[in-house]
Amino acid sequence: MSLLEVRDLEVRHGLLQAVRGVSFALEEGDTLALVGANGAGKSTLLRAIAGGHRPSRGQIVFGDRDIIRLPAYKRVALGMGLVPEGRHLFPSLTVEENLVVAERPGYWTLDGVLEAFPMLAPRRKSRAAVLSGGERQATAIGRALMTNPRLLLLDEVSLGLAPVAVEDLYRSLRTVIERGATVLLVEQDLGRAMALCQRVACMLEGRLVLEGHSGELTREQVTEAYFGLRRAGIEVGSREGSQ
Amino acid sequence: MTWIDAVIQGILLGGLYALFACGLSLMFGVMRIINLAHGDLALLATFMVLVISQHLGLSPFAALVIVLPGAAVVGYALQYAMFNPSLRGGELSPLLATFGLSVVIGNMLLEVFSPDTHSLSAGALTTASWHITSQISISALSAVIFGAAVLVLGGLQLLLSYTQLGRAMRATADDARTAELVGINAKRVYAIATAIALATAALAGTFFGMRSSFDPTLGPSQLIFAFEAVVIGGLGSLWGTLVGGILLGVAQTVGAQAFGAEWAIVSGNVLFLLVLAFRSQGIFAAREAHQ
Ligand SMILES: Nc1ncnc2c1ncn2[C@@H]1O[C@H](COP(=O)(O)OP(=O)(O)O)[C@@H](O)[C@H]1O
Ligand SMILES: [Mg+2]
Repeated sequence: MSLLEVRDLEVRHGLLQAVRGVSFALEEGDTLALVGANGAGKSTLLRAIAGGHRPSRGQIVFGDRDIIRLPAYKRVALGMGLVPEGRHLFPSLTVEENLVVAERPGYWTLDGVLEAFPMLAPRRKSRAAVLSGGERQATAIGRALMTNPRLLLLDEVSLGLAPVAVEDLYRSLRTVIERGATVLLVEQDLGRAMALCQRVACMLEGRLVLEGHSGELTREQVTEAYFGLRRAGIEVGSREGSQ
Repeated sequence: MTWIDAVIQGILLGGLYALFACGLSLMFGVMRIINLAHGDLALLATFMVLVISQHLGLSPFAALVIVLPGAAVVGYALQYAMFNPSLRGGELSPLLATFGLSVVIGNMLLEVFSPDTHSLSAGALTTASWHITSQISISALSAVIFGAAVLVLGGLQLLLSYTQLGRAMRATADDARTAELVGINAKRVYAIATAIALATAALAGTFFGMRSSFDPTLGPSQLIFAFEAVVIGGLGSLWGTLVGGILLGVAQTVGAQAFGAEWAIVSGNVLFLLVLAFRSQGIFAAREAHQ
């Protein structure tokens, strides 16, 4: 049984249909990279899965429950952890408080997170408002880990970071994944995404247009899907009727 | 010597104002609601203490054992039934909701208790006092009220700074949507904040009723003193609120000493206006700006 199953999901921003009939499933331990141009609907999809935005149609099954009506905080209790686009730390709380406020029992503790993200240790008592970009991103990921999620949703964690900071962050992410985490990662850097995750999916204008194993897809195939050239080898289309 | 006495009485009075103010400050800090019914809710609790102590023959302090938890339950329910829905309607609707509540409570108290004045007896505390010199004396009741105010505000500050509930309150105040995404039930946090606010208001209202006589029309003036204490002290810091209350109290008693008793309230208002004009963020405003 899948850990997460999204069926025919449709999400709107007012009149704009940002996600159009998206379906996919994640097994326990899967790592899926979601790529796509700006405005393709990736962030909207992740927020809808985490409960930050109510879909207008479709189903989201997590574990064995349909969670579409559950508020975000109850989804966290079931094991959903989102690192939102733009980090959204609590600015008046310290790094340590940002982490501890999300704490739920499980493998990840304050000490564990500080070990996985060594750059945070000297900043424990600093307010989140004064952190550097890399430190903010690490705090946002650590905060999601503190909820001990069964599924970690990461939205553009390397956006706006210096290359060194991205290296550090991905090193830490790799240790998280090696611990058996199930991960759905949105990333602009295709090479990095394909190197980190077993599977890749591409979104174009609200639809999932390509999905496959990182090892079996070439970068050209993904790039073509990314720009909507529609010559990709494995076309998924809207996946309607592909059950 | 009479000046020193005026300052001391002002400080003690200020403790009561700070106690009135902390619930107002908490609700504004956590959910940006200016609770215009704060004074009337406090006065409602004063009347509840009056009724309970009269009917059960209890002292007002014993009645608090019933009224304080009662006020907390009412606050929790009020948040879910009225304030949470109003928060969805934009910035103005919580203000209108609390204004409506203030009018309803004020009229209901008038209807039930008529405009007569009442008072609560604090027993032996009312008359006991320490004479420090021939001109300076501290009444036991004032000292107890001041001590309670310091304990409540200090306790609240500790709760906010060092407990998981306090962190959740501050996180929700920063960004309620993100708080939900990390597992915090923001509506429940709001309800707990209002429960605490109403319990502190009930305590302040009861002390107020022990210090002076009261009638059903006094809610709005208590709201204004609380509001002035919050603004003078600066939003976002409970210690600031305590100092704000004390400054307001001292301005009133010193003003009365200088110009006559009828100038007490005016002197407080003048201080309030001066702070608004020259330091509108308050004297002890939390310094760090967001982002
Ligand atoms: N809060 C919002 N209100 C209105 N439109 C939005 C909002 N957020 C995103 N959109 C629109 O929805 C579409 C998908 O956006 P988004 O999910 O952020 O894409 P991505 O993360 O792939 O860049 C875009 O056209 C964007 O302009
Ligand atoms: Mg995005």
